[in-house]
Amino acid sequence: MIMTPTSNGHDWTIDSVREALADKRISARELTAEFCQRIERRNPELNAYLALSPERAYRQADYLDGLVARGEDLPSLAGLPLAVKDVLSTKGIVTTCASHILEGYRPPFDATAVERLERAGAILLGKTNCDEFAMGGSNENSAYGPVRNPLAMDRVPGGSSGGSAAAVAAGMAVAALGTDTGGSVRQPGSFCGIPAMMPTYGRVSRYGLIAFASSLDRVGPFARNVRDLALIMGTIAGGDRMDSTAAAVPVPDYVGGLDAPVKGLRIGVPTDYFAEGLNSAVREKIEAGISLLEQLGCVRTALRMPHTEYAVATYYLIATAEASSNLARYDGVRYGLRASGGTLMEMYRKTRGAGFGAEVKRRIMLGTYALSAGYYDAYYLKAQKVRALIARDFAEAFGQVDAIVTPTSPVPPFRLGEHASDPLAMYLADIYTVTGSLAGVPGISVPCGRTQGLPVGLQIFGQPFGEARVLQLAHAFEKAGGAQV
Amino acid sequence: MPRTTPAIARVAPEVSAAYESVIGLEVHVQLKTATKIFCGCSTRFGDRPNANTCPVCLGLPGSLPVLNKRALEVALRASLALNLRLQQNSRFARKNYFYPDLPKGYQISMYELPLATHGWLEIEHDGAAKKIGITRLHLEEDAAKNLHEGFLDSDRNSYIDYNRCGMPLAEIVSEPDLRLPGEAHAYLTTLKRVLEYADVSDCNMEEGSLRCDANVSVRRRGEERFGIKTEVKNLNSFRYLQRALEYEIERHIAVIESGGSISQETRLWNVAEGRSESMRSKEFAHDYRYFPDPDLLPVHVSTSWLAEIQRDMPELPTARRRRFEQEHGLSDYDAGVLTASRTLGDYFEAVLRAGGPAKASASWIQTELLRRLNDSGLSVEASPVPPAALAGLLAQVEAGSITGASGKKVFAAMFESGKSAEEIIAAQGLSQIQDTAEIERMCREVVEKNPESVAKYRAGNQGVFKSFVGLVMKASRGRANPQIVNETLKRLLG
Ligand SMILES: [Zn+2]
Repeated sequence: MIMTPTSNGHDWTIDSVREALADKRISARELTAEFCQRIERRNPELNAYLALSPERAYRQADYLDGLVARGEDLPSLAGLPLAVKDVLSTKGIVTTCASHILEGYRPPFDATAVERLERAGAILLGKTNCDEFAMGGSNENSAYGPVRNPLAMDRVPGGSSGGSAAAVAAGMAVAALGTDTGGSVRQPGSFCGIPAMMPTYGRVSRYGLIAFASSLDRVGPFARNVRDLALIMGTIAGGDRMDSTAAAVPVPDYVGGLDAPVKGLRIGVPTDYFAEGLNSAVREKIEAGISLLEQLGCVRTALRMPHTEYAVATYYLIATAEASSNLARYDGVRYGLRASGGTLMEMYRKTRGAGFGAEVKRRIMLGTYALSAGYYDAYYLKAQKVRALIARDFAEAFGQVDAIVTPTSPVPPFRLGEHASDPLAMYLADIYTVTGSLAGVPGISVPCGRTQGLPVGLQIFGQPFGEARVLQLAHAFEKAGGAQV
Repeated sequence: MPRTTPAIARVAPEVSAAYESVIGLEVHVQLKTATKIFCGCSTRFGDRPNANTCPVCLGLPGSLPVLNKRALEVALRASLALNLRLQQNSRFARKNYFYPDLPKGYQISMYELPLATHGWLEIEHDGAAKKIGITRLHLEEDAAKNLHEGFLDSDRNSYIDYNRCGMPLAEIVSEPDLRLPGEAHAYLTTLKRVLEYADVSDCNMEEGSLRCDANVSVRRRGEERFGIKTEVKNLNSFRYLQRALEYEIERHIAVIESGGSISQETRLWNVAEGRSESMRSKEFAHDYRYFPDPDLLPVHVSTSWLAEIQRDMPELPTARRRRFEQEHGLSDYDAGVLTASRTLGDYFEAVLRAGGPAKASASWIQTELLRRLNDSGLSVEASPVPPAALAGLLAQVEAGSITGASGKKVFAAMFESGKSAEEIIAAQGLSQIQDTAEIERMCREVVEKNPESVAKYRAGNQGVFKSFVGLVMKASRGRANPQIVNETLKRLLG
């Protein structure tokens, strides 16, 4: 069964929510109740939310209704019904990373991105499902069951931020936060037919983002349109004294720049991305999408990005190496799951044995190996060198073009269980997203037509801290009917 | 559990003499900052367990370290004080291992790229000066403290106090330039003094703000190659350091002499048993899987900031010692004693500022003050006699209102009561007797009571004169002006 996002009734956007509140057409409390009902209706079959936070949502709603009642100005995102991926810390609300090892863990603080959105008036509805510790591309690695794609119930919503993508696509939230390490925002955005953005590394604070791979992890939004992405980006971007890797680069007016003309912008199309492994139907749609951009006046340039073929291997060495260290803290000593054991070592082994799922264990072992004495130079260090070469590919490309355009995923959403027994095939499907992850550049996925009813995503990469350009192009593409090419 | 080692055979001195020991020290000092190295928690010592913790130092999921600029500044001061070369690039790495006192499962520590390298420290041992190389100085975070005792359920459970977790540490690694336990002792003493002067650390071994591990090996004299080394941990007092090194050197020699070979391993100094015990051998050494910490940016120190730190560097002990000799005319020895600790030097200078004469101040501090402080186990800062009070006492002695002998009694009373010299002199009636009539009366009495001595003196035995002086002083309870006593006695006996 194929459904369209609009089959869920009223299609709210950030602006329409804020206006409806200001005009007293709906109260924040009523809006919250409406979304709670939608979740109640759809979530049992989709499994997009792991936990709901009604108390916190209604407290915020009451605060906003108070502002309306007193005739005070509403903040920029007032009333935005928001879903947050369960790897982002939320004060007092269970945050599990979709893992048994963090069962019952309630963080004593909020992630900076969550805090900034709530301060801007967003209403936190709950925490969304994902691959365990964000490790996966199908959301099938969750300890709390897979998420279904609201556009095609027998298909995966993509991953790892599958719950956030599905929640927005199914109308169970107007926007959501996900995290992108190797494609975990862009690919589920593509699979669920909604725009989704990975900002530049360092553009959004990672404080409160429970680390998978610290040098790659980024917080990024999902929304129903590019304008809403721009609104959220403008709120969450910027330096943070709690994260020294969050750069204090000034944040431009993303929304203000959306309608700037795209005529004459040079778009690079890397030939290396249109090689073996790209599904022909997806290729067709992406070609159509690029033609649409050309019709808008963009100038197409063919690019060579020669290190692309090493990206997946490089990514999986670096990401797993960092993960093996980041996940060491789950030892049963302070929080989360603790299995009983006669000795300290036994407690460690039993806790981690019982608490982590197969994919997480696989990656911890890979990463541990890559960092081990005698292997470090051949694996981790070499991967870092290749990473620098991939970043150089991008830097050189941006000497010639304003943006790089590629497919988000080589394949349309696949069936649940289709790749469950073949982790390598899953890893290889990350080919188009991991390059930008390694290079640290911003990227967006926008809907680019459908094949047999299944959505295809067009990926646009920009220069570091060039989110404005990426959003501008995506917005123009969306307005020109990109979703229907 | 550490394996216990059987007692070692004693080695004859002539056998030991054929060997030379090679020692290098790894010293951890806690940097003097108000907050921890990667978060805003207080570094106060002795607070209620886990009072000074936050998501960052507890390593909670999603928390991130942010380098405390003060910790870096203090480490830079240490680097300058130890003649170290600041590295262009330094960065933090993760040292991965599991232990309950390590909440993230890794310790953040500089590894491949330390803050500074190639330094030196000049030590004095057996009257000779020697330059000891310093390999490197790097920054790292301290671990928490496991508490295995003191709770009702301590037989079953251990507790963890995370107050210490994330305290800023500098690790200072020496070259293997030390040849004797005494040199190692001198090195640690000198290092402590320099770091105290540079305001780097309190260097308090009891509170753990100074900790020391040693690398030890021996080789036959004349041999160039180093022997196999062992690392001895837990040398947390100056006394243990020397004893542990002596023990370990003798153990090495004994093993080699009996035809065995030393295995490269880490050993723990057992204070109670007075011996080192094997902790883990090289085969079981951890693979710490170091890699650069992606949560922290590479450390960059601008030349202007470094210049600022250099400009504001406190005076170091050698410079102060030289200044004491030149400005205050002190002997090399006196200047050495008075600069042995920063606080003692500060005390001395405070006495001078309050009007104390340099030489007398130096002498009184070294004899009266230090002796009493030692006896009562007090530090200079805690002296019941503040510098101004000592200066006041010296002024009374100088002016002749009390004798030197009385002065010492007054000082003792000041030390006991915390009162000023004037108060005590008034209360005890210790002011000097200057009245010539009064003194003559006392002298006459002594002369009249000792006719035999008078006869001896008049027969030419000059030596008995001193006993007359002594008797008069005794009668006056030390208060008579000695010069007037001398003159009066000479006249009466003459
Ligand atoms: Zn803290």
